[in-house]
Amino acid sequence: MSFLPYAVAAWLLLVGLYGVVTSRHLVHLIVCVTVVQASTYVLLLAIGYRSGAAAPIFADIPRSTPVVDPIVATMTLTDVVVEATVAALLLALAVQAHRRFGTLDPDELGAMRG
Amino acid sequence: MSRRTRGIVFGAGALGLAALLLWGFGGLPSFGDFQGRYGELLAKSAVPERHATETVAVTTFDYRGFDTLGEEFILFAAAVGVLVLLRIQRGADEIPAEAGKRRPTAHSPALRSVAIAFAGPALVLGLYVVAHGHLTPGGGFQGGVILMTAFLLVYLAGAHLREGGIRPIVAMEVAEATGAAGFTLIGVGGMLLAGAFLENFIGLGTVGSLLSGGDIPLLNVTVGVEVMGALLVVLGELLDQRMLTRGGDS
Amino acid sequence: MTAVQAVALVVVAFLGTVVTLARDPARQALCSSVFGMSLAILFFVFQAPDVALSQIVVGAVALPAMILLALSRISRREEARKRGR
Repeated sequence: MSFLPYAVAAWLLLVGLYGVVTSRHLVHLIVCVTVVQASTYVLLLAIGYRSGAAAPIFADIPRSTPVVDPIVATMTLTDVVVEATVAALLLALAVQAHRRFGTLDPDELGAMRG
Repeated sequence: MSRRTRGIVFGAGALGLAALLLWGFGGLPSFGDFQGRYGELLAKSAVPERHATETVAVTTFDYRGFDTLGEEFILFAAAVGVLVLLRIQRGADEIPAEAGKRRPTAHSPALRSVAIAFAGPALVLGLYVVAHGHLTPGGGFQGGVILMTAFLLVYLAGAHLREGGIRPIVAMEVAEATGAAGFTLIGVGGMLLAGAFLENFIGLGTVGSLLSGGDIPLLNVTVGVEVMGALLVVLGELLDQRMLTRGGDS
Repeated sequence: MTAVQAVALVVVAFLGTVVTLARDPARQALCSSVFGMSLAILFFVFQAPDVALSQIVVGAVALPAMILLALSRISRREEARKRGR
């Protein structure tokens, strides 16, 4: 049972990759990439978790309570915002690809000219 | 390679990857049993060293502050990339807007009223989250996105920002650049005034008050401004700049 | 591991599959918004409220908005091209 978080992370990675490989629409492909990104968040937070511990904020708990690891939370926090911006960059690429090739099917990109 | 061949190759690869992942994850410590010493050390020393109760904020802006600088510049670079991609030859084959007329974006009065009603509270919430980043969960990244949604709600309501002398999209670009530069300048200030890049050079204050934590509130503000600017620039480009048009249209 | 965490993990895995299997991008944008909310609940249950807050605003608001805007820009261009033909 304690293997469930890692199994879910692996499952999200594989499902996202399946979506990327079998995609017929560039925007669908980009959303599947965000699913793959979500698998890394789940894995990071599952690694840093401590049973029975509290969140690492000492505003109203005594300083000696055990807390979960703050480092993985830091990594995941900036990761979330940055990867959304990277997804925006990919969407801009998709818009330009549509403009250039007239189609959003990954199989047909690069086959048409002008 | 046809789709079927690609599917078969992917299936084989996915099975191999799944086997490797399960074998690798099996070697991790069991869930809930993390033994990291670094995290414990940071959690113990965050409050006495920086007088800020939010360990994640202290880690983001002090202990791992240099990584945050890099990630902020990833944001900046991605926003610049979107601008470059979408501004090249813009409008050559898109619907030309009728001169002097601009279609309203919201046709339903319910959408307009709800969006306008929530724009103000969203702005206040965003400012609150940015300001309290070193005390409670929140900070520059989250607050910046909330501020962005406040402006997005204004657009959804069919209104648009009226500006004085600068066009609003230029104001957002300036905001983004100011945020990124501000972070770097605070780091340089640490170098000049305290000996190391991003070292704290402001008094620490009392734990729990709004002005505690040294330069962490300032860094939160710069990150918030930068995230808001970057996302509004990206959204403005995707909307063909219709969100931030000049004032005076219908 | 508590029951809430197990349920949240299973819901995240299920919604991730739904997002991948939804082929129409506009529908997928809304599915991804729900997926983002479920991820936020999972992060909250893992005692990481900062990450949960970040995921709510980004994954449930900003990302679907960007996807829908990109789709609308693409369909505007399609319309213009059809009209110009």
